[in-house]
Amino acid sequence: MSAGRFYASELRLVMLRRRNLLLLAVAAVFPLIIGIALRLAAPRPQGGNGAGLAFFNQLAGNGVFLTFIALSTLLVLVLPVVVSVVAGDSVAGEAGYGTLRYLLAVPAGRTRLLAVKYGVIVTFALCATFIVSAVALAAGAVLFPVGPVTLLSGSTISLAAGLLRLLFVTLYVAAAMAALGAIGLAISTLTEHAIGAIAAVMILVVTSEVVDNVPQLAAVGPYLPTHWWLSFDSLLRVPVDTSTLLHGLLSFAVYAVLFGSFAWARFTSADVTS
Amino acid sequence: MTAISTSGLTKRFRGGQLAVDHIDLAVPHGSVYGFLGPNGSGKTTTIRMLLGLAYPTSGRATLLGVPMPDGATRVLHRVGSLVEGPAFYPFLTGADNLARYDAADRTADAATARARIADALDRVGLLAAAKKRYRHYSLGMKQRLAIAAGLLRPRELIILDEPTNGLDPQGTREVRALIRQIAADGTTVFVSSHLLAEVEQICTHVGVMRTGRLVFSGSLPELRRTGAARVTVQTADPEAAAKVLTALGLADALAAEADASAILGDASPEQVCAELVQAGIGVRGFAVASPSLEDLFVGLTGEGFDVSG
Repeated sequence: MSAGRFYASELRLVMLRRRNLLLLAVAAVFPLIIGIALRLAAPRPQGGNGAGLAFFNQLAGNGVFLTFIALSTLLVLVLPVVVSVVAGDSVAGEAGYGTLRYLLAVPAGRTRLLAVKYGVIVTFALCATFIVSAVALAAGAVLFPVGPVTLLSGSTISLAAGLLRLLFVTLYVAAAMAALGAIGLAISTLTEHAIGAIAAVMILVVTSEVVDNVPQLAAVGPYLPTHWWLSFDSLLRVPVDTSTLLHGLLSFAVYAVLFGSFAWARFTSADVTS
Repeated sequence: MTAISTSGLTKRFRGGQLAVDHIDLAVPHGSVYGFLGPNGSGKTTTIRMLLGLAYPTSGRATLLGVPMPDGATRVLHRVGSLVEGPAFYPFLTGADNLARYDAADRTADAATARARIADALDRVGLLAAAKKRYRHYSLGMKQRLAIAAGLLRPRELIILDEPTNGLDPQGTREVRALIRQIAADGTTVFVSSHLLAEVEQICTHVGVMRTGRLVFSGSLPELRRTGAARVTVQTADPEAAAKVLTALGLADALAAEADASAILGDASPEQVCAELVQAGIGVRGFAVASPSLEDLFVGLTGEGFDVSG
């Protein structure tokens, strides 16, 4: 009960913060811009091997695909930025304000504080991802025809089944962002400068994406935190490529546990000097 | 029972600097304990260890009988604190800031939160500014809001680290009155300051820190007793007077330009005066004086800029 109250307080603090609302608004605007731009450009079918390109080819026939285009486009930078800001700020921001020492003297409990912080980061990641999906779905429905969904593997499923797949895709992306949130939380426990923590998470994301795109480094690819983010296209095939999906989810879980443990070990043993 | 007790409490920073060096504190229940020392003498580091914010390098500390830092979540809700100045969310109002800290307290009753927050704000005279954003508060208001946070619940112990820091004389008086009020309710108050004068009027006990060591701990009368009373004789012949004083068994006899002085010790002033006259010293003036608390404090902590090392 009391944990619920603390969680609600933390959630309000994050959700009502003008900066964070602005981030969510920016994330919501992107699918609109992409949808309108694609509508105006009237995409024509063409060959392609990447998932993104495949989505573009499908969009003309079905507005639902705007959600997949939006998610895969925003996953490169916008969604990670949105999550990094909240995660990087989580502990470092409190340390910067000096409120961390008062929360601990309340006492909030170090483990409990960290758990509540991470709970809200995950909630925020979930929110951001669902906002992107929802806005993209609405914009797609308005701008393009909507009907039975033709998957990347060529088979067609009903619109309802397609929307269910979309739900799973959104949850998969949210899981990826929740794992990134754990990395952000861990980095956030290392400093009292929120901006430094946020920048560090972003540098990590970009570095991971760059390394993942160097063919000579393909061996380390699967171990990179960003490698499996776009694998949600496995859900858009029949049969579903569960092995890839599970690899992705495993990667997210490992990163979340690894960095969550690191954050806990660090936060419960370090002196609070801010 | 002691409200705060430490034994051999020590903190060595990673850089190797010894910030707190084997201090043994005993703060009696119901006392107003002045924790004194110059800036950098280890007061705040000690308070951080008492509150479980920093971990001791060695030694033990207990708050209200509960060992720290292990018992932090069991005992801290009975302790109000102000550590190194107020800290709140600038974008929240005063009342919302208090609600935030109250929500973090797992033992606080949500149903009474609103009433308790209003009550705490009222006690520090901030009720009118409850809906004002913290960033628009004056320094004195910020300080008082921090004290209000310490008063959100009935507490057995209040730890205030430099509560008058940066305040004008008016603000300082207000805070002092507030501390008196808190103490009158039976709450033990542990208040740190680098100025003896600021806490002298409200404290029953003091501890004096110098470069990480507790150089005195006890009641104010005990501190006064550590100051040796000196007898001073005004005379035309200080040298001769000093000789007589030494002959009477008084220690540290000094001859100055127009007077001689020595530590009175167990001797009776009347006797000393009579002996001086008998020895043919022309006594123009005779006085016995104890050093002021301020003198004793400066004697304990050192003076000037060399104190914090």
